[in-house]
Amino acid sequence: MPSAVRPGRRQFTEANAVQLYLPIADIPINVFLILAMGAAVGFVSGMFGIGGGFLLTPLLIFMGITPAVAVASVSTHIAASSFSGALSYWRKRAIDPALALVLLGGSLVGTALGVWLFTVLRAHGQLDLVISLSYVVLLSGVGAAMCYEAVRAIVRARRGGNPTLRRPGSHNWIHGLPLKMRFKRSKIYLSVIPVNVIGLLIGFIGAVMGVGGSFILIPTMIYLLRVPTTTVIGTAMALTLVTMLIATVLHAITNHQVDAVLALVLMIGGVAGAQFGARAGQRIRGEHLRLLLGLLILAVGIRFAVDLGIQPADLYTLRITGDGA
Amino acid sequence: MRSRLPLTLLTGLAFGGLTAVPATAERLIASVSNHRVTVTSSYSGEELVLFGAIERDPDTPSRRGSYDIVVTVTGPRTDMVTRRKARKFGIWVNAESRQFLNVPTYLAISSNRAIDAIASPDVRRFQQLGIDNILLTQRVGTDYADVVASDPFRSAFVRLRSERGLYRETPSGVTFLTPTLFRTGIALPAEVPTGTYDVDIKLFADGAVVGRAETAFEIVKIGFEQFVATAAHQHGLAYGLATAMMALMTGWLASVVFRRD
Repeated sequence: MPSAVRPGRRQFTEANAVQLYLPIADIPINVFLILAMGAAVGFVSGMFGIGGGFLLTPLLIFMGITPAVAVASVSTHIAASSFSGALSYWRKRAIDPALALVLLGGSLVGTALGVWLFTVLRAHGQLDLVISLSYVVLLSGVGAAMCYEAVRAIVRARRGGNPTLRRPGSHNWIHGLPLKMRFKRSKIYLSVIPVNVIGLLIGFIGAVMGVGGSFILIPTMIYLLRVPTTTVIGTAMALTLVTMLIATVLHAITNHQVDAVLALVLMIGGVAGAQFGARAGQRIRGEHLRLLLGLLILAVGIRFAVDLGIQPADLYTLRITGDGA
Repeated sequence: MRSRLPLTLLTGLAFGGLTAVPATAERLIASVSNHRVTVTSSYSGEELVLFGAIERDPDTPSRRGSYDIVVTVTGPRTDMVTRRKARKFGIWVNAESRQFLNVPTYLAISSNRAIDAIASPDVRRFQQLGIDNILLTQRVGTDYADVVASDPFRSAFVRLRSERGLYRETPSGVTFLTPTLFRTGIALPAEVPTGTYDVDIKLFADGAVVGRAETAFEIVKIGFEQFVATAAHQHGLAYGLATAMMALMTGWLASVVFRRD
């Protein structure tokens, strides 16, 4: 018997010290890569005061994490980053609790609807398409609108005009709706109907796309509801916090797709990056910042559009539908 | 950490899974180097080794040619869907799909030479030798059937699994150390599914099966990963709430650490 031949084991990759096995995504991933991604997106989100989900979710998808896991785990990440933001805005009394609560009412329904649609689409194999299409439509639209607005503001500033955000005439048809309510801290008197509807839309979009929705919520609140800029960011953050927490729990119950390990690594990178981003953001002028953000959002939208339009390298995809691994 | 208990050849032969075959035929004995592979956070794939020996009695008929061995490793079974994209309204969307029922998540076939050379097409089909002959049941409309190996959905399915290293066929994977002693490697990539793996070893002489042995090993996630995966699938609500709490804790910590006001 050749006793010299011994059963051997061999590692397939040499540098695996930094590899982290993601329990839900079911793939090993380089921990520094995820940390760096979290930090980079955190930097951008700190700079512009947004959650950054619209950047992080696509990045994770491009890295090979399934859209379902990416969307669900990024919800958790956004909850963490918006909580740290919301705490500091709360200390500065820049959150309107009444407004946040009314928004939340609609948002709860929207989030539940979104998670439900997510589950249905996943079962029919069309989730990836809907996520991609939503990104194209929403990001291209919002990105283009922001670029347009920012360029106009820059041009106006060059001509020496008044660079105010407010449009003349501070009342529109929304202010004629019934069921009015006074929001003390924001000093506005407003119908609860549009507030609820906006909350519903944001909750829905957030749950389906894995984005906090601040980049839509903040402009909508400023332009449609005329919420003063002093309370708008803090209130948006408080709403994002609650919707993302609920989305995390609902995704965990229905789809089992929240990867806590992935979310934690993203959070650590994200909160650190956000601090440096916030400092960098203070050195850039408002309209230039908005133009940069608009271009960034537009670029992500176009990237998704290109992916949908060109023939994929592989026409076939495979997904496990049964129980087990 | 992964348990490091490489069985020696001796213990492998003594305690390995073995199956009885007709009295006059050859007896096939085989064992894998590790019956329990543990997946931890640092798992990046490994290779098990399977050793086997062919035992002959004085009564065993003499064989004209040499022996051939085909080892089939089958991972846990599940349902999968293969989808094909098609262009609709200018964009590429998932159009047709085919469901594969109760198919192995992992499949590795090793032999000492090309399977075509070992047995005739009929034997290959009957014994399910090679990926082309393994039964992969599809739901075709209301029917349940396997289709020819050249079927586009079946070949795409096999190709996608192979690209991830989860389906593999190695015609030179089995090495004969002596005319009756052989070994083969079972490559387990990083994303190998957990569960029970069946190892089926078939001994061929002159194109016919003359011996067979079965053994099995298990791939388990242990430690924190296992805990997280189990919690997520079995206690969704508690897991979701715990994850939400973790998010709040991290956010709060960040605001304390980086507080500037």
